[in-house]
Amino acid sequence: MFDPADRTGLLLSYADQFREVPAEVATRPFAKSHQVPQCESEAYVWAVKRPNATLDLYFAVENPAGVSAKALAAILGKTLSGLPAREIAQVTPDIVEKIFRQNISMGKGLGLMSMVQAVRTLANAAERSDTTHDA
Amino acid sequence: MATPIEQRGYKNPDALVSTDWVEQHLNDRNVRLIESNEDTLLYASGHIPGAVHVDWTADLNDQVRRDYITKEGFERLMARIGVTPDTTVVFYGDKNNWWACYAFWVFQLFGHKKAKVMDGGRVKWQKENRTLARDVPSYPPAKYKSKPRQDKPIRAFRGDVMSHLKKRGQLVDVRSPEEYAGTRLHMPDYPNEGALRGGHIPGAKSVPWARAINPDDGTFKTGDELKKLYEQDQKLAPKKETIAYCRIGERSSHTWFALKYLLGFKSVRNYDGSWTEWGNLVGVPIEK
Repeated sequence: MFDPADRTGLLLSYADQFREVPAEVATRPFAKSHQVPQCESEAYVWAVKRPNATLDLYFAVENPAGVSAKALAAILGKTLSGLPAREIAQVTPDIVEKIFRQNISMGKGLGLMSMVQAVRTLANAAERSDTTHDA
Repeated sequence: MATPIEQRGYKNPDALVSTDWVEQHLNDRNVRLIESNEDTLLYASGHIPGAVHVDWTADLNDQVRRDYITKEGFERLMARIGVTPDTTVVFYGDKNNWWACYAFWVFQLFGHKKAKVMDGGRVKWQKENRTLARDVPSYPPAKYKSKPRQDKPIRAFRGDVMSHLKKRGQLVDVRSPEEYAGTRLHMPDYPNEGALRGGHIPGAKSVPWARAINPDDGTFKTGDELKKLYEQDQKLAPKKETIAYCRIGERSSHTWFALKYLLGFKSVRNYDGSWTEWGNLVGVPIEK
């Protein structure tokens, strides 16, 4: 079990590793269709399909104080990018509680869960388009 | 450039300090800087050198009931952050000082009078390119014999609000116009934290908290501007009892601070149950 200070340090190290969506994927002003709903950190998410049918996830966090959103974006990007859409679609919003534990308030937690849900939605859409294409 | 605090016509200008003042007191042993934010990782990502972190959920709230820490909990917190009853605490934070004012308010439940808010909060400090540090300071544990928590003067419970409502007392709803109107149950771009009904407490005047600040740097508006906003435009009388509320009591702490300290309203209470309680209560009156 993590000491709370260790968890904070670890999350902060992920936030420091956060890299914004590259210009070849999206540029400002970002399309509202990619904005995570009900996330006050103004997070955006994109899923780009690779030739091998896996997905790469990209994020932007417009609120400079959205450190938790940046940490989560880095974690999601590092752990899920390169997986097939159907596997990414299995990630569930309750990972937010597991990752942040007491480092998060209810409102903040819901906003971060919405980020995970946005990733799932994109993965599900990508999987559906694969299925449609295959058919 | 913002008008100096002492020239803004506030009733209690001492409750507010500038970023310059803070810079000049960074090494003052009698001053403790306290950062309180919505995002609990923000402090760890960089804070004013020497500042301690007080988290509104982990440090100020009871961890079981929806309530605040006890006298003993407050004494433990003061020991941890090295604050004695003689220490001047200066609060600042993100969100234009929502949580700083909330923490200030909780400290007042325990009667810590030597308390101030840094005008403009974290945003202003950063905009001025002042130093931020990641080193977490450590202070010798302090002995703090706290008074028992006194809720009554500055905190309203739902029963108090109901009595106040029956007396047609002054209420200030500091949420967004959409929340006040009941067209949404939460702030724009924020999640819904569980209110079943939308609208406002009957008779409440709508004064969104952000109208009290200058949007460029988060500093409070002048005394005259605040008087116009609350007293002239909304006909709120400084001598009458007033209750402010929002969603969970954080934005209304900001307004509570402006009314009580900057405008000198005689009796202002913060209804921290706010809309997440009122919007879920069975049978209470709601206006849309």
